[in-house]
Formats: sequence, C-alpha cells, structure tokens
Amino acid sequence: MSHFILTRIMSALVGLLGVVSLVFFLIHMIPGDPIDDMLGESALVADREALRQGLGLHLPLYEQWWNYLTALAQGDFGHSLFSGRPITDLLLERIPATLHLSIIALIVAIIIALPLGLLAATRQHSIFDYGSMGFALFGISIPNFWMGPLLILVGALWLGWFPVSGREGWNAVVLPALTLGTAMAAILARMIRSSLLEILGEDFLRTARAKGLSGIQAIFRHALPNALLPVLTLSGLQLGGLLGGAVITETVFAWPGLGLLIIEAIQQRDYPVVQAAVLCISVTYIFVNLMTDLMYAWLDPRINWQRHS
Amino acid sequence: MMRLWLPLCILGIWGIIALVSPGLRLTPNTVELTHILVEPGQDHWFGFDELGRPIADRLITGARTSFLVSLSVVTLGLLIGGILGISSGYFSGWVDQVFVRIVDIMLAFPGLLLAIALAGALGPGIENVILALVIVGWVGYARLARGQVLALKHADHIVAAQAMGATPWRIMWWHLLPLITAPLIIEASFGIASAIIAEAGLSFLGLGVQPPQASWGSMIRDGTRYMLVAPHLVIIPGLTLMAVVLAANLLGDWLRDWLDVKEPKKAK
Repeated sequence: MSHFILTRIMSALVGLLGVVSLVFFLIHMIPGDPIDDMLGESALVADREALRQGLGLHLPLYEQWWNYLTALAQGDFGHSLFSGRPITDLLLERIPATLHLSIIALIVAIIIALPLGLLAATRQHSIFDYGSMGFALFGISIPNFWMGPLLILVGALWLGWFPVSGREGWNAVVLPALTLGTAMAAILARMIRSSLLEILGEDFLRTARAKGLSGIQAIFRHALPNALLPVLTLSGLQLGGLLGGAVITETVFAWPGLGLLIIEAIQQRDYPVVQAAVLCISVTYIFVNLMTDLMYAWLDPRINWQRHS
Repeated sequence: MMRLWLPLCILGIWGIIALVSPGLRLTPNTVELTHILVEPGQDHWFGFDELGRPIADRLITGARTSFLVSLSVVTLGLLIGGILGISSGYFSGWVDQVFVRIVDIMLAFPGLLLAIALAGALGPGIENVILALVIVGWVGYARLARGQVLALKHADHIVAAQAMGATPWRIMWWHLLPLITAPLIIEASFGIASAIIAEAGLSFLGLGVQPPQASWGSMIRDGTRYMLVAPHLVIIPGLTLMAVVLAANLLGDWLRDWLDVKEPKKAK
C-alpha cells in the first residue's frame, strides 16, 4: 500500500513539474516585450535595461526557468506587474472565495444528482428516468455564462431574493453555486445512473433481495456503495471542468475568487499573476485527483496494490 | 427516430445558415438609433440590441462564427490527436512514453482554464481562439485513439498484415484507422458541442472575436447590462446557443447507441 501511495505521489509530482514548466514556457512565448508593457515603448534605453536586469529577464530562458522553479519551491510567486504586490498575497486573498464557491457548488451538485440518478436507475425506462436524463442533457448543454445571467434576472432582479453580484451576505453564494453546480449535477446524475444500472444486475443484489431485504434496503445498503466507487474517481476528473467553469461563473457574478483574478490579470496584461493563478488551480486539480485515487484504493479492497505499483 | 432527426435538422440549419450568410446582405453592424432595444415584434422577430442593430442578423453572423470555430477546432484536433495517438499506440517504445507524459501533463490542467489562459496570452481574434482550443482539444482524441490502437494492435488481421510485410503506415491507415473511426466520430460530435460552448465562453469573457463582429457569447455579455429593460437581448442568443449544443450532444448520444460503442475506458 505504501508503495502504491509513493508511486502515485511521485507521478503527481512529475505532473506538477510538467505543468509548472509548460505554463512558464507558454507565457514566455507570448509575442511582445513585457518591459514595453510596463514602461511604455517611449521609455529610455537605460531604464529599460535596468528593469530588465532587475527582473532577471536578460538571462537565458533556461536560467529564468530554473530561477522561477527555485523561487516557487520557496513559495515565492514574484510580484504583480500591475500593482507591485507580492502575488502570494493576491492568491491568499482570493483562494477562500473560490473554495467557498466550489464546495457549495459540489454540495448542490450532489444534492441534485443523487436522487435523480437513483430514480432513473431504479425506475429505468419510466417517466422518472426520461425526466432525469432530460434534465441531465439540458444541464450539460446549458452554458454557465447564460444560466448565470438568467438566474440573476429571476432570482435577483425580479424576485429580489439574492444579491446580483459580489460576496456580501450569506445568500450571495446561492446563485453562483447553482450556476456552477448544475452542469456538474447533470454529469454526476448520468454517471450514478449508468453505474447503478450495472450493479443492479449483479448476483449479490439478487441474493440480498432473496434473503428478504426490501428493495430500498438492498439499494442503499448494497448497491449504492458499490455504484458510487467509479463515480468518485470520475468526479475527481470532473472537478477540472468545475474549476474551469468557476472562471466564467466568478466573472458573471463578480465573485472575488481566483477565476476573477485571472480575468482581471489578463485584461491588465499582468502575466505573472495569470501564471500563478493558473498554476494554483491546476495544482489543486492535481491534488484532488491524487486524493480521489488514493481514496478509491482505500475504499475498494479489491484493488491489487502490487499490480498498480 | 426523433432522436436522430431533430438534432440533424438543428445542426443542418445551423450549418447552412453559417455557409450562406455572407450572401444574405445582412446588416449585423448597422447602428439604428431609432431602434435601440426594440422588442421582438411582427416586423422584426428578434428585435434590436442596445445599439439598434438587428438581433436576427447578428444571430446569423454569430452562427457563422461558432460554425467556423467549432468545425476547425474539431477537424484539427481529430487530425493532430488521431495521428499522434495512433502512431504512439502502434509504435510503443520511447515515443509512446514521451507521448503519455505529454498527455498526462496536458490533462493535469482543467481544459477550459488552459484555453482561457492561452486565449488571454495570444490576444483576441478568431484565429487565436481556434489555436487555443486546438491546443487544449487534441489531447482527448489522441488518448482515445491510442487506447483503441493498444487494444487492437495484436488482433489477428494486424499480425497477418505485419507477417505479409505491410508497412506500418499501411497498417495504420488501412487496418487500424477504419476500426477506430466510430469512437472518434462520437467523440468529435461531443467535441463540437464543447467547442461551441468554449468559443462563446471566450467571447463572453472578451477573449474571443472582437466587436463589432458578432458571436453568441459576446451578444449574451453585452445583453446582460440591459437585462432588466430588454431581457430578449440575453434570452434569444442563449436559447439559440443551447439549441445547437443540445443538438450536438443528442447526436453524440444517438451515435453512441447506434454504433454500440462502450464508454471509452481510460487508457493508462
């Protein structure tokens, strides 16, 4: 087991290094000179050179890359080109808001998806099945930059129950979380349904019923725990979609999280901040996937440690 | 049968409108101050936007934008991903090792996030949107193609072809490609849906096509400012967008059932 955990962590670290390097090189391939953006093209040559030396931009690319990596390892993301503040501070300000939104959205998604998936699988080919799967199809097809404004229109402007934007008040999270959670709920409901349908045909469930368990007992005690295992791994992967969608959702609702930070930084051509925020989200994604993998292995005693390592 | 014809009709109308729109004498960018925020009525089914531009004309040019972007993204992604995935799966060895590493790294990013960052870095414009979405999108096709080839390459007819001295290119083109076309087509159908959403999303964020050129995403963004007085500015492009995305997803679902392809297993 410890060997499996170790190899999995090692491969996550390799992925991390790759992600950091890829982001670094992509940002440096952008045409144009960051010095021009900072000082304007009419700046004096001496000033430009001084700034270039100060930022270490005169070094060869691989040296800049190495310096960036070593600074990152010490938790130093550099400074914002726009405000001059340490990027670590900017990130720490924004992370709680994104976490808050993502967790509530995840809860919303599970609350919607679990009953829908259950109903659809246990009453296959019924009106419930078609209804749930119809909802799922809509949920997948409705873009969150449209759903967000519609929810604002109804929930904030017409009914006045929720604030239009921002993060003031306990109820501010409701509309963004619904927006972000719906797409995930749709995908989850589909997964729960197909996973349950597979399990429902298994022998051990027939045995459970034959021993006198009621349908509901059999499903909650025996089918659901087994069906949720594959759902767990897939939802780890789905989280990537959730995090990407968070950028748009945060922009729609002016939710002060990492996503909004990325968009603001792109508009200000503040590339170190874009780079750091993208990294921050990607690292979270890698971490969550690592956790779901380990959790999966822990929850499912059938997984053979030797084979996986 | 509805499950096939409905999506085909919607996608067909979308494609035809996109292709013929340059010949329609549309005026999507003509500002008419007397028409500002006019609601849909008998003369103009879709009304006018905040600058008095006809929404119907802008919807049609927006259709062209989304059609061009999604078609290019999916075609290029299929081409690049297919070639890399098939060769990597077939040749194995260090080529495959490198390939798997690259794919793993690409998949370590949330896709849309990477596209947003790339589009932001490359700057606005339709070509850059396509480029950003292809860079993100080819990975899915590549992984799928590689997984399929790995499962197939020890099949009898491949071994027979190898024994008869067929070149690797011949085997990949004539003996492997036809067998993995079905799952790739299904993936491409869903790919169209996500490319449409991604293009509109980037345009919504101001990273896609630039004003005054119309995109469904930027129409929604511009409309949100006038939502209380003229909700049709947001509702109409959104409904159009969702109808096309829904159609592409439905087509993908139908194809999957029809071709009876199991959900692709994650290749490791």
